Amino acid sequence: MSARIDLVVTAVDDAVPGIRSLTLGSPDGERLASFTPGSHLVLDVPAGEGRPRPAANAYSLTGESVDPRHYAISVLRCAPASEGGTAGGGSAWVHGLAVGDRVTATPPRSAFAPVHLATRHLLVGAGIGITPLLSHLRSHVRWGREAELVYLFRDGHGAHVDELKELGGDRVTFLADRAGLAEDLAVRLADQPIGTHLYTCGPAGFMDAVVALATELGWPSSRVHLEPFGVEALDPGEPFSVRVAGDDRVLDVPAGTSLLEALEDAGHVVPNLCRQGVCGECRVDVAPGSSPVLHRDLFLDEETKGAGDCLMACVSRAVPAADGRAHLEVTL
Amino acid sequence: MTPPPTLSPTVSTAPDLVAGFPFPFPNPTYRYTTNVEPARGVVTTPAGQWGAAVVDVDSAYGEELAERAAILERDPSRHAVLPHMQVACWDAMLCLMRELALSRPDAFALEVLDDLEGGSRAAYRWRNDLLGIDHTFVLGDASTLPDEPLRWITAQVQEDVVLLDERDGVLWGDAGVVTFAADWSFGFDVGMSFLEIHGPVPRIHAEGVITRAHEFIKRLQPNETYRRTNWTLTVHRRLDVSTETYPEWGPDRPMVLTVDDETFGRLVHLRTEVQHLVRLPESGAVMFLIRSYMLPFDELARVEEWRERAAAVIAELPEDMADYKGIATYRDRAAAWLRAQAPTP
Repeated sequence: MSARIDLVVTAVDDAVPGIRSLTLGSPDGERLASFTPGSHLVLDVPAGEGRPRPAANAYSLTGESVDPRHYAISVLRCAPASEGGTAGGGSAWVHGLAVGDRVTATPPRSAFAPVHLATRHLLVGAGIGITPLLSHLRSHVRWGREAELVYLFRDGHGAHVDELKELGGDRVTFLADRAGLAEDLAVRLADQPIGTHLYTCGPAGFMDAVVALATELGWPSSRVHLEPFGVEALDPGEPFSVRVAGDDRVLDVPAGTSLLEALEDAGHVVPNLCRQGVCGECRVDVAPGSSPVLHRDLFLDEETKGAGDCLMACVSRAVPAADGRAHLEVTL
Repeated sequence: MTPPPTLSPTVSTAPDLVAGFPFPFPNPTYRYTTNVEPARGVVTTPAGQWGAAVVDVDSAYGEELAERAAILERDPSRHAVLPHMQVACWDAMLCLMRELALSRPDAFALEVLDDLEGGSRAAYRWRNDLLGIDHTFVLGDASTLPDEPLRWITAQVQEDVVLLDERDGVLWGDAGVVTFAADWSFGFDVGMSFLEIHGPVPRIHAEGVITRAHEFIKRLQPNETYRRTNWTLTVHRRLDVSTETYPEWGPDRPMVLTVDDETFGRLVHLRTEVQHLVRLPESGAVMFLIRSYMLPFDELARVEEWRERAAAVIAELPEDMADYKGIATYRDRAAAWLRAQAPTP
């Protein structure tokens, strides 16, 4: 289990419909640890109100990164299952917090850092995906690096619009429709100085479109960086079985139950955080004699996935081998 | 018989340097492993303890800083900062200041003078009472510092520093101040990848030690701090045994075989490197700190557990590792010398 820090809600801002901005301070009022631009906190979400298990949700830090007095996050409310949606209920819980409430979280974690060797930084965000790019922009402005930002949002639903304007001035472009974005980006991506890096964050379909356009225009993948946001609900998957080294039992993992949940239900302890295939905590070694793995995480690189000797237990599953059997031998 | 060569004056070992010596052999044999552990854990030894501080200040502070300054004066290539590492240098400077203040709050203090907002730059006040420094500077404004940030702060710590940039899934040694290298050259290595820098080390590649270390370091989160130890033997209390100065110290290795036992015990030092790895927050670079501690064999042998363990490890060390550490010529005598110091029953 990773270390946790205690935080207290010091301000709540609901000015943008559906988006809540929270500031979190240390309970003793001390400054908080500095963090890398693009970092996120993983907030502990307790069980309750339609959440059968405690959860942990990652939220990008939007505020000051150097010797900050508080951590700031902005959270889009997604409808949980109890309201007919597909979300896990973490964002609804955040929208119920009040000033003075205590929360626990991981210290800031970095998975989307600016590349310092870049000659220029092109930031492209949509919707709530603006949050990690805001801290990138703040850092670029501070250090005098070449940067520009394109932000797509529905009219009246843009978060941090005034802050971005004040921070970036004419380096910031606001767009309101996808078609306009495609046109704008086609020009921008074709006309960047050598050494520019592209960073994008937003819904999966949006990022796919940005990456497809960049690829088409000849951008190498090493110059394109993604921060997956709002991981969408995964397919429940097919059932399979698993045996843990040193434990004779063969456990069933039904459709709709993750390997992580099945292992926990059988009494095994697996370190974990986000339970969404992003954080990299619940990595499990897969031993020979296992069926092929369906990797569904965003953490392992392609080479590691191809090697097939480990998986992220929260989202990945076994799929039937040639003999029709779907079974994993794992070491915890 | 030729007369013994002229010896440099012996520096007597201050009591705190013995009590705080990080003895590097937890096991009866030594092999390369990915031996990293969380920093700040205190290790008690038969002579005292070490490990509480990430940046350690001891009674050799003034002497070692003077030596670093002299080396940099003679050979400026010991300091290098590739242009994209400037933010990492500011980051490293702030981090080292905070660590100094944690280690010795009586002597060091870093104070944030105003808040940053909207991409602005904060002012800080730094006090180093040991060197009589009381200085106010603005983050990122080079004109407010008396020197390049990394060189300025490494003139105030006993550690060597290498800064690793992470990109394309690889760590690159792109900045640093290294004046006390043990048989390597920072000027040669700067700009190389972590894997390239470790190219010459025997065994570690086949055994996967270095790729595991590389993966481990890449997973470090902002402010996370780990440490490991490394070791070798050095003739004379000579901190700068870099490739550049080989003509000065290389002949010591055969020379030490010609001296009498008493001189041998005074000249040969067990050298421990305590290395810290810190993920710097603002730049995301990894700061690699190398602090070199040296204890002459005659002091080491006074601690019976150290004497016995060091003798066993040095005697057993495989030849290729002894060769890489540069101790192949005199390791047998070193082990025999330590064994001969056994207390008479």
